Amino acid sequence: MAITGLFLIAFLLMHMFGNFKMLMGAEAFDHYSHYLREFLYPIFPKMVFLWLFRLALIASVVLHIWSATQLTLRKRAAVGGGGRYVTKKSMEHSYAARTMIWGGIIIVLFLIMHILQYTAQVLRIGYADTSQPLDSPYARVIAGFSVWWVVAVYAIAMLAVCMHLWHGFYSAFTTLGANVSAKARSVLKGCAYAVSALMYVGFMIPPVLILFGVIK
Amino acid sequence: MTEFWNVGEDIADTKADLSQPIDKMWSQRKFTARLVNPANRRKLTVIIVGTGLAGGAAAATLGEAGYNVENFCYQDSPRRAHSIAAQGGINAAKNYRNDNDSTHRLFYDTVKGGDYRARETNVHRLAEVSANIIDQCVAQGVPFAREYGGLLDTRSFGGVQVQRTFYARGQTGQQLLIGAYQALERQVAAGTVNMHTRHEMIEVIIADGRARGIVTRDMVTGKIESWFGDAVVLATGGYGNVFFLSTNAMGCNVTATWRAHRKGAHFANPCYTQIHPTCIPVHGATQSKLTLMSESLRNDGRIWVPKKAEDCAKDPRSIPESDRDYYLERIYPAFGNLVPRDIASRQAKNMCDEGRGVGPAVAEVHEGHERQVRRGVYLDFSDAINRLGQKAVENRYGNLFDMYKQITGENPYETPMRIYPAVHYTMGGIWVDYDLMTSITGLYAAGEANFSDHGANRLGASALMQGLADGYFVLPNTINDYLADAPFPKIDATHPAAVEALKSATDRINTLLSINGTRTVDSFHKELGHIMWEYCGMERSEEGLTYAIGKIRELKAEFWSNVKVTGVNEDFNQTLERAGRLADFFELGELMCIDALHRRESCGGHFRAESQTEDGEALRHDDQFLYVGAWEWGGEGGKPVLHKEPLVYKAIELKQRSYK
Amino acid sequence: MKITLRIWRQANAKATGKMVTYGLEGVSEDMSFLEMLDLLNEELTVKGEEPVAFDHDCREGICGMCGVVINGIAHGGQHTTTCQLHMRSFADGATIDIEPWKASAFPIIKDLVVDREAFDRIIQAGGFISANTGSAPDAHATPAPKREADKAFDNATCIGCGACVAACPNGSAMLFTSAKITHLAMLPQGQPERYSRVKGMVGQHDAEGFGNCTNIGECAQVCPKGIPLESISQLNRDLMKSLFKGDGKA
Repeated sequence: MAITGLFLIAFLLMHMFGNFKMLMGAEAFDHYSHYLREFLYPIFPKMVFLWLFRLALIASVVLHIWSATQLTLRKRAAVGGGGRYVTKKSMEHSYAARTMIWGGIIIVLFLIMHILQYTAQVLRIGYADTSQPLDSPYARVIAGFSVWWVVAVYAIAMLAVCMHLWHGFYSAFTTLGANVSAKARSVLKGCAYAVSALMYVGFMIPPVLILFGVIK
Repeated sequence: MTEFWNVGEDIADTKADLSQPIDKMWSQRKFTARLVNPANRRKLTVIIVGTGLAGGAAAATLGEAGYNVENFCYQDSPRRAHSIAAQGGINAAKNYRNDNDSTHRLFYDTVKGGDYRARETNVHRLAEVSANIIDQCVAQGVPFAREYGGLLDTRSFGGVQVQRTFYARGQTGQQLLIGAYQALERQVAAGTVNMHTRHEMIEVIIADGRARGIVTRDMVTGKIESWFGDAVVLATGGYGNVFFLSTNAMGCNVTATWRAHRKGAHFANPCYTQIHPTCIPVHGATQSKLTLMSESLRNDGRIWVPKKAEDCAKDPRSIPESDRDYYLERIYPAFGNLVPRDIASRQAKNMCDEGRGVGPAVAEVHEGHERQVRRGVYLDFSDAINRLGQKAVENRYGNLFDMYKQITGENPYETPMRIYPAVHYTMGGIWVDYDLMTSITGLYAAGEANFSDHGANRLGASALMQGLADGYFVLPNTINDYLADAPFPKIDATHPAAVEALKSATDRINTLLSINGTRTVDSFHKELGHIMWEYCGMERSEEGLTYAIGKIRELKAEFWSNVKVTGVNEDFNQTLERAGRLADFFELGELMCIDALHRRESCGGHFRAESQTEDGEALRHDDQFLYVGAWEWGGEGGKPVLHKEPLVYKAIELKQRSYK
Repeated sequence: MKITLRIWRQANAKATGKMVTYGLEGVSEDMSFLEMLDLLNEELTVKGEEPVAFDHDCREGICGMCGVVINGIAHGGQHTTTCQLHMRSFADGATIDIEPWKASAFPIIKDLVVDREAFDRIIQAGGFISANTGSAPDAHATPAPKREADKAFDNATCIGCGACVAACPNGSAMLFTSAKITHLAMLPQGQPERYSRVKGMVGQHDAEGFGNCTNIGECAQVCPKGIPLESISQLNRDLMKSLFKGDGKA
């Protein structure tokens, strides 16, 4: 859970910086997108690195989900099913921590939409001509985020991602044994806040700027 | 012969070789005690009742040695035994402080503290093994307080002038017990110890003159069962709960030792009870137990009451220095607030009896009349806070202050604490010889359950020392002398003694369940407690004790005809458990009063109004009472029989104790 | 004070339980929570009804025997044990819900009483230092740095009450397990068995059917002795290191 989670966080950070290429114009972004497909060429044939990377990502996601399922099954067995207490209050006011599983489910749904929209181009929202895929990734992004409700869905989904990530970051380092003192704890919690806030802002800059027409 | 008791033959301990110098006696005994070949040990079974410091340590150690151990406790886990509640510390003659401490000084202090009513030989051995206990506990991972150099810290504790008390903040008992518990669980995992939790011992099986087993009740299913072995060890703690209100855990009881007493084990010095001076006062009639505040508080706190009775209801902070009576400092200038427990307790009672107590007045029955008395004295830290700063006081006593605040709702950093004595420890117990064997062959008693080491008063931080000494180092080195003759002929549940024990235990439970009267068990217990506290508490008199014996007999008769025990045996039935324990407390309470009545002297925790000096101090009568009073069960309705074990002092000169 | 109690009543492990309502008058605010239950039981006994079974012993917050879920919070949310709660924390006329610890590894015995022997078995799986009686060197032979010794002590204060399990949404006993692991791992005497201990204890923890830890922190919030969540991280660190050590028994 912790290792795959941290790998996914690292990927998201990379993804976010990639998105910033949007700010540098169509050519830069498309070049970046293209570059990913030819990374380490000619050591690897074209697309091979990307697919290897995608495989690693898929494996992480699958393992992450599998671990979550195991945890949930164990939890079910350990607390003896639902309706454990007639009255239950929580003392540790960590909404994010208690809703990791729901955050995770929202993220999976969002991920499916995200891939269908921008990678597979099955969902062609905001396209001028919905019968044709767009070659330029830049154009795809512009098209998608010109629609207000797409931006709204992304804003909500990113909230789920960042909450999941906030507890996930702290929790992963705790599981990996880094949280062994009160000081370590405050540092980790601080980092978790910083990373999740950075992610939210970072990921939302391009869509918002597109929606308001700053990036065209 | 008197109205209440008969006198039997004198008895003596035959196991210690008195011809040896005192500091050679223990090594000599270890040498003369016969051994059991390691290969034979696994053929032998030792039954141990209790999992506190003595029982848990003995079970672990005998398990390590290779015996089969059957270990029982009434709690849900051996880790809950009441040794866990000891706060202050554990004494050991390590002399790490270079303050002239030695085995001999610890021995001397303990005998003197016990007001010269302890057996010299046992106490010396206790002092000898004290240093090994600290070594053993450290090796087990007990986190004693340490200094910055990484070495162990020690502090001084009530009644002594050297710093020999090792401690783990205010939770020393907990840490030592967890150490013993872990050693015990290790043996459970190794298969040498079988642990039986939620099992209460309700009878002992004496077959062919030897203790061969016990009868228990499974507290979950109600199953009454017999267990057999080659020796039986009782490590079941003290009987302070006869007073209902005490610092003991709610479940602490005398049943195991009392059942043994009824089967022939002498009960020694039952009247020696320790009333601890620094407990949180009683708040009202529904109180179920009293909470101790560690004696270490007396190191920095000053005890006082108002000089004038009319000041007692005032806010203590408004009472000027000149109107306060720091009575311990006034009466005992040399020791001041650090006088031994019995003295500190009795003086607090005297102040309150004079009408100078503080805190809310509580109702009490005195000579047949109900009256309202303030039962509390101030323990004031304002001097210490001014001198050392609040931070330093917090570092030393923070957890105790928090506990006080939690219970009383008052902040002791701002207003002085209120304290009052409460029953805490019982020095009396089953009579044992130097080997810890009782007067029943093959039956041993260890820890607070036996009478052996504290005389008439126990010094602070000595209970943990004695429990662990008995469990780790004494019993495992003496029981082998008896087990060398084992295995004894196998017996099982069909043996007449086992049949009788099982039947009498079952009958008793059935009787309790069938009475179906109108009064609850607790209402009887509270009434018994009131009688004991009033007449067999901090001050006893012939008149009061005689009256108390009559009252206890009446109450006992009413109990057996009018108690209401709900439910059935074959269930988790806490009312039934309490009823069974109380039934034994009545009999014990009567014997305590008889013992107190017969001992017409004041010594340690036993203060007879008829025996005091002109200025009200305890007065011993060594010419008449220099003995252990070991009582033999006189049969149902019969008089108990007193056997005297004369006390021989060779290494220490008898003196009248003085702390002035 | 006058209060209303809603208490979980369950005849035995197999029976189905339910909340039963009782009115109680004459409660004083100086009473402890358990003395309030004593009062209820006295009334029930006089009426000929079965008193409420609840575990308790020392009543001074150290033995770990008592513990119930009060208004949805294990031990009632005052950072102390149930026996150290006092009625002054409740308002006159309040309704108080009382339930037992609930977890599969803690089967209910009766009413508010549960079976916590799983904790003993976790200790049996390695929660000790193997030092036979009599084998110890002088206590000063191995100095232990104060900082580590203090941390060992902080963790050794665990009373094994089970509140962490009762409060954990995952039904995990990691806080209990980690307190013992951290206690012994911080002391020089605990080093030789450090890594086999963590393997053994965590293995037993899982075998008992406790859930896993997702670092939520409810356990540390209800712990009457203030065992911190950081102890679990220490357990994880030692557990990971143990995977690279060949000395494990488990």
